[in-house]
Amino acid sequence: MISITFTHYLFLSAIIFTLGVFGIFVNRKNVITILMCIELILLSVNINFVAFSVYLQNFTGQIFTLFILTVAAGEAAIGLAILVVFFRNKGSIEVQDINSMKG
Amino acid sequence: MVHALIFYVFSAIAILSAIMVISSKNTVHSVFFLILAFISVASLFIMIGAEFIGMILLIVYVGAVAVLFLFVVMMLEGNFKNVKHGFLQYLPFGAFIGAVVLFEIVIIIGAWKYKPNLIRVSSIPYNVSTTNTQSLGKLIYTDYILAFQLSGLILLVAMIGAILLTFNKRSDLKRQDIATQSSRERNDSIYLTDPESGKGVKVND
Repeated sequence: MISITFTHYLFLSAIIFTLGVFGIFVNRKNVITILMCIELILLSVNINFVAFSVYLQNFTGQIFTLFILTVAAGEAAIGLAILVVFFRNKGSIEVQDINSMKG
Repeated sequence: MVHALIFYVFSAIAILSAIMVISSKNTVHSVFFLILAFISVASLFIMIGAEFIGMILLIVYVGAVAVLFLFVVMMLEGNFKNVKHGFLQYLPFGAFIGAVVLFEIVIIIGAWKYKPNLIRVSSIPYNVSTTNTQSLGKLIYTDYILAFQLSGLILLVAMIGAILLTFNKRSDLKRQDIATQSSRERNDSIYLTDPESGKGVKVND
């Protein structure tokens, strides 16, 4: 049985990151699922940081993970608040309906 | 051996639940699978010795963010009819982009050679004599105090922003307006008049 190395964690992080990106492209109808995919991407970044931190025996990665968690929590709160306001005004959360700025 | 088994079990659960997050028809199920993914990854963190980060991941994500998602999903419920309508339509494009991203990351991991002096360069080495939480606490409150305070400020701004965005101004309620009350002066509400006898007073308001 092969032992688990640091590279295994990098591959796990790569797979979860890819699933997050894939989910953003596939779920064009539901903004909440897109927000959850962003959370998945941030989770994979955290896996990378912690794996490097343990591998290099250096605490900076774990401290950075804490700050990423902070920003991710704030992002989720603001994103969901915007979503609630949008639903109140438009009555829909489909991505195709979010086009009033003609961007 | 046991370590490898635990790693494979938890990472398989994490990957499968990540797949279920993006493919589940019911958004509430997606949120629950997101919780499962976070719990598995937190267990992996605890296993490799980053126990503080693992516990914080549980508290912040499973305790706060996932519940926030659940609240919003249940508030907007009833709008999820044919929400998965375009799944097959966007599947080829999404699969292409996903394959390219995965290919690039795997190439980077596979072709990467560590610089031999990378460990010597590292500024904050592990201290074996203290626990993970103790060491993190010492670093956060000394070297990273500014970043720590700023992250607190980010949370404050996020809280104020979320409250301000979702604040519902109702016009059918009478509320106390303290600024109007305290800026009221005597001349605004009282005027003196000297009516002639038998004519009465004309009230203007």
